[in-house]
Amino acid sequence: MIGGPARAGRAVDSRRPRDKVSTLPDAIARYVRPGSRVALEGFGHLVPMAAAHEIIRQRIADLTICRMSCDMMIDQLLAAGCLRGLITSFLGNSSGGSLHELRRALEGRSTVKVELQEFSHGGMIARYIAGAAGLPFYPIRSYDDGDLRQVNPLIASVTDPFSGDEICVVPALRPDVSVVHAQRADRAGNVQAWGILGVQQEVAFAGKAVIVTVEEIVDDAVIRADPNRTIIPAQIVSAVVPCPGGAYPCSVQGFYDRDDAFFRRWSENARDEQAVPKWLRDNVYELPDHAAYLQRIGAALDRLRVVPAPSGSVDYGSRQPVSAAGPGLVVS
Amino acid sequence: MSTGARGVTDAERLVIAAARLLVGRRTVFAGHGVPTLAISLAQRLYEPGLEIVYESGVVGPHPDRVPTSISDSLLVTGAECVVGMPQLFGYLIQGSRIDVGFLGAAQIDRQGNLNSTLIGGDYQQPQTRLPGSGGAIEVMAHAREVFVVIRMHSPRSLVSHLDFCTTPSPARAGKQGGSTQASGRGVSTLITPKGTLRWAADRGELILTAVARGTTVDDVVATTGWPLAVAGDIVEDPLPTVEELRILREELDPERIYLR
Repeated sequence: MIGGPARAGRAVDSRRPRDKVSTLPDAIARYVRPGSRVALEGFGHLVPMAAAHEIIRQRIADLTICRMSCDMMIDQLLAAGCLRGLITSFLGNSSGGSLHELRRALEGRSTVKVELQEFSHGGMIARYIAGAAGLPFYPIRSYDDGDLRQVNPLIASVTDPFSGDEICVVPALRPDVSVVHAQRADRAGNVQAWGILGVQQEVAFAGKAVIVTVEEIVDDAVIRADPNRTIIPAQIVSAVVPCPGGAYPCSVQGFYDRDDAFFRRWSENARDEQAVPKWLRDNVYELPDHAAYLQRIGAALDRLRVVPAPSGSVDYGSRQPVSAAGPGLVVS
Repeated sequence: MSTGARGVTDAERLVIAAARLLVGRRTVFAGHGVPTLAISLAQRLYEPGLEIVYESGVVGPHPDRVPTSISDSLLVTGAECVVGMPQLFGYLIQGSRIDVGFLGAAQIDRQGNLNSTLIGGDYQQPQTRLPGSGGAIEVMAHAREVFVVIRMHSPRSLVSHLDFCTTPSPARAGKQGGSTQASGRGVSTLITPKGTLRWAADRGELILTAVARGTTVDDVVATTGWPLAVAGDIVEDPLPTVEELRILREELDPERIYLR
């Protein structure tokens, strides 16, 4: 059942190693179990697509997937038999069209059933915030009198003790494992990201375990030169996975653009129910890993590479050396 | 696709009508497609100070070409601000800092309630499943006013009863007693290929205020799924100006990504 105790204490693992670099197969095998509730987040950007493919490759079943804005990843997980439940707020292929595998299931045109739990974006965000902050639920000023509330018992209301008004609430969402992609991290799992950030930070803090795939592992000094850029601290990260190209066909700011044509083709091709299993066979099951997939798509990713547009830098400052600062604090 | 005066397509009519209605507005929340072009056109010709907020969290983008999606990385490069989802939905939308929200839908009713969830059947087994709310519920509740763009004007899209009410207008939400949680006024304007409907506060419904060139009032009424009221001062769309068409066709969407 979906829900679960939001206020359960967080286990502190004092033996958690400082170096959390892992391979993708190992990270997925260790943290994603049959029946797990798995958040795979990224709002059209920093999408953990390679991680989803590894879940498919390992044939992990009965998952409840949490994903605000769906895309072809959901069609793929569904056709692979991994997906039992879906907690979401948008059931299209991003802006690319329909998700036909998902529609076949929801429209009763296939033997697969999906346990759907549907909110708006605002509702999903509220659920992650509550999960991250250890709150049982979160208030949201919408949902009055829409039909979604009639079909989703997890949209409720409480009385505001201060005004006496009714306000809608949604329960905390705490995934068993939250998976996100990002630009870079150090070996301990301090994760830096920029561009469209979506709910990457909230879903990480909401997760009971956190897997982060990154374009590159960088030296500690790179991270520590710009600590405000770290959106997820190593403290909450379970595994960090070097995974260049891990968001393709979605974009990674500063690395590669989105493959819009792939999105459109997916929505076109997946009309044919034979097409999705075939795609999975050719692009996931018959390939050993993500590196082999990148080789297979080859030039597609190269065409999406961006030219540099570096940020300006800020000056964090550093205390003056003791000798230069004079005799120290003088109290007059 | 039908074309009217000056060979104006339906998509161009929607964009130009929306752009003209943005005069006097400041902060606009936009999704993909027609709204993106309408805002760009309005910025160029009518309201240079217009501020755009995209659903991806980009505030004040300055793209060097037309973005292909709301999460296009070129919206981020050179933008004034990028916020995460909690800040976008919490502070900007629920915090009532959006003047105009643009929404689309498969169905709309006379009160401005929207359906983007399903057509036919029921929730447990719809005939056609659509994407659902996305952020529409929050935008409807909290934008000061909402412009709805419907790309097909027919009794199946402008309906007397929605197959599912995904996005209640504040008019409907406030009706059932108790306090309404919405802070916005709901749908002020519905733009279709055949005309423009505006909210008539005294009647509590959308009424026809302008017809597209090449269309008649009778045709619009006949292709609307509820008994459509017509404003006493109804007008015919002013002709698109040469400048509007030039900017739209040659500068904003020369490859006709959105104008197809």
